[in-house]
Amino acid sequence: MSTTEQEPPRLYAAREPIFPRRVKGKFRSLKWVLMAVTLGIYYITPWIRWDRGPGLPDQAVLVDLANRRFFFFWIEIWPHEFYFVAGLLIMAGLGLFLFTSALGRVWCGYACPQTVWTDLFLMVERWVEGDRNAQIRLYEQGWDARKARLRAVKWAAWLLIGLLTGGAWVFYFADAPTLLRDLVTGHGHPIAYSTIAIMTGTTFFFGGFAREQICIYACPWPRIQGAMMDEDTLTVAYREWRGEPRGKIAKGEATKSDSPAGLKGDCIDCLACVHVCPMGIDIRDGQQLECITCALCIDACDDVMARIGKPRGLIDYMALKDEHAEKTGQEGDSLWRHVLRPRTLLYFTLWSAIGVGLIVALFLRSPYDLNVSPIRNPLYVTMSDGSIRNTYELRLRNKQGEEKTFAVGVSDARGAPLTGLELALEGSEGTVTVAQDATYEQRVYLTAPAGSVLADGAQTGLVLWIEDVESGRRAAVDTVFQGRGR
Amino acid sequence: MADPKDETPGPTPHDRQVAENLGVSADDPHTSPANPENRISLERQAADAENAEQILRNVPDHIVGVKPRSEREPRRKVTRRVGKKIVEVQSTGHSWDGIEEYDNPLPRWWLWTFYVTIVWALVYALAFPAVPLLKGTTQGFLGYTPRDQVEAEIRRFDEANAPVETRLASVELTDIQGDPELLNYANNAGAAVFRTYCAQCHGSGAGGNPGYPNLLDNDWLWGGSIEDIHLTVMHGIRSPDDDDTRYSEMPRFGIDGLLDDREIDQVTQYVLSLAGLPHKQSLARDGAEVFEDQCVACHAEDGTGDRMQGAPDLTDAVWLYNVDGQADEATIRRIIHDGPFGVMPAWSGRLSESHIRAVSAYVHGLGGGE
Repeated sequence: MSTTEQEPPRLYAAREPIFPRRVKGKFRSLKWVLMAVTLGIYYITPWIRWDRGPGLPDQAVLVDLANRRFFFFWIEIWPHEFYFVAGLLIMAGLGLFLFTSALGRVWCGYACPQTVWTDLFLMVERWVEGDRNAQIRLYEQGWDARKARLRAVKWAAWLLIGLLTGGAWVFYFADAPTLLRDLVTGHGHPIAYSTIAIMTGTTFFFGGFAREQICIYACPWPRIQGAMMDEDTLTVAYREWRGEPRGKIAKGEATKSDSPAGLKGDCIDCLACVHVCPMGIDIRDGQQLECITCALCIDACDDVMARIGKPRGLIDYMALKDEHAEKTGQEGDSLWRHVLRPRTLLYFTLWSAIGVGLIVALFLRSPYDLNVSPIRNPLYVTMSDGSIRNTYELRLRNKQGEEKTFAVGVSDARGAPLTGLELALEGSEGTVTVAQDATYEQRVYLTAPAGSVLADGAQTGLVLWIEDVESGRRAAVDTVFQGRGR
Repeated sequence: MADPKDETPGPTPHDRQVAENLGVSADDPHTSPANPENRISLERQAADAENAEQILRNVPDHIVGVKPRSEREPRRKVTRRVGKKIVEVQSTGHSWDGIEEYDNPLPRWWLWTFYVTIVWALVYALAFPAVPLLKGTTQGFLGYTPRDQVEAEIRRFDEANAPVETRLASVELTDIQGDPELLNYANNAGAAVFRTYCAQCHGSGAGGNPGYPNLLDNDWLWGGSIEDIHLTVMHGIRSPDDDDTRYSEMPRFGIDGLLDDREIDQVTQYVLSLAGLPHKQSLARDGAEVFEDQCVACHAEDGTGDRMQGAPDLTDAVWLYNVDGQADEATIRRIIHDGPFGVMPAWSGRLSESHIRAVSAYVHGLGGGE
């Protein structure tokens, strides 16, 4: 298999099928746990209930596109509060920078949906068709009844996973139990069905067939990550100084891990690291774009090293800086020296500053808001008695689960009561009632008597406020009164 | 002047040595050290080469990849698997600071997606309007046009609005205000009608213009109840093509010689006095008599006007013919002299009953309705 020969470069190459071997070890166990947690969060979240009172959805996490609301447990985000979502996205970005500069492509290796679902699909594949060698035999043989049956079972299982994945996705956008009943009885919305169909198809294709092609050719993230790693970044690497020259060793033969002067390296060229790799690469070739740092080659190599009685870690998480240090016989830096450095601390500071800012903003926001737009066409109206009237559009948002009644009032710029200025609400007497979780637009007229300072002046600052008649809590907005003066 | 090349002596052995060290030709007059004009450029090249050597000698060990090729480890062999064979990946020979571009083949499925896009483009071009012709374009076998879509959308909205429009057209006018659904519909539809048909004269904010009443204030020429507004919109004012239109005519006192200039001056001052505006008292006193004779029939004894005839209240602060919204002596005089004849079209033949009612309710709700 390892005949190295040169070929004239071709323009196009077919995908080389990859049959990763099953492996056991600490990183594999960690990946199983993370797979269970991430898939669990994804599939279960829409089914968590959260009581918000009558008239509001009782789903803990819900993106209510029709009503333009986002519900997350006790938090309700309105469209004008989208900066919370923007803040979360920025945090996600900085979080990725932080993890990439400290731990390399740890997102790719452990948490990326493409990795997690491919891992799940590989598990199903091994369960149906057997491990690597059985899969290769099946791949190479012609079609017979057994192969057809195995392929049918595997694809059916993949499709079922895809269906569940697409199914779970739509539950984030509508009440899950109702939608499930509608979907099963055939009354679901066509958009729900087509979304499920698209998600099923893409999951099936990406997880079953495209796999590493997505990471290598479709995803931009590996390219960006390359610029975020440096010589301190921990990444999966091969200790070349210890492994080379690779080859067969006799039992008990001294190698480089026994004495620096050993003639042979620890690597016995068993290809265990290559056979477990889901990306189909040889980590001993060094850092590669294809490597998602899933660390399965570490598990595979550690297992082999244990069996031939050599220390673990021929392939290991390692900073490039350490590899150079170790090569010259020095100790590498400690884990903490690699992780805690100005760059990662800066990312962490930015990340947490935005997080703290968002939390503070979340607790400071009012359960209702007021927007005031003075009508500027025309700037003012002269009434028949010579008084000057200004008109304002008030937009009242009641973000609570119950109907609220508000008194509307006006004060001068310092908040003291204004005399002589008459306030009237269009089509209403005194108070405004806003339904639960709704926005209400109310036109308000302020009239200043003829000859008053407000009427004859140019612009006078004032404050329009609303007051919850039960709690007495106010929301106020600064605005201006435009008189006939210039 | 002779070619400078001719004056240049041939290269000496020393020049040849210098040229060789710099890798340039000693026989080419543009590079030869023998040509004094090349001196600066050659000195710079020599200095650059020396600097580069110096920098490369002092590269710290931990910086990888900047050392001269000869001092680094030999290039690592890069391999690629093809079936069961491992083949070495060749370099394209492009190298930047030691970063080389490999000559890897493209994935075949990229090629297929490229073909798919070509097929897609062909099918798309056949299915939708695509190829421009002398008149119009090819239509495409799907027969799609955005115009049809807009029409379908409009039809859909008209159908959805049909019940509320029917109801709006049939209820008592005064009931609209108390019915939230009707009022909401009337306000929105009315605003659209207003901006389309009324804004040209009354302004997009309904603030009016000189000669075109402000609809926001509480001063109405022909009445500000919803019934009055509805009637005005239906039949217009002095509209020549509607027999039921609201009609009145203020005489052209000056043009028709009903009053002489002095009398007009007097009554102008009296009108100013009615509104409490600055005026010339002596003239106004005489103007009161002229007013008594000529104006009270419509504008009433006290000058408060008569809505039955659309005669404005002359005592308030709102002036139909104004300058910047204010009363103006010259303008008042002009109106008395020339006579006003403001016309508003009748809309009953152009707008549906429901739209007339919608715009009436909208105007009524602008803050001045009675």
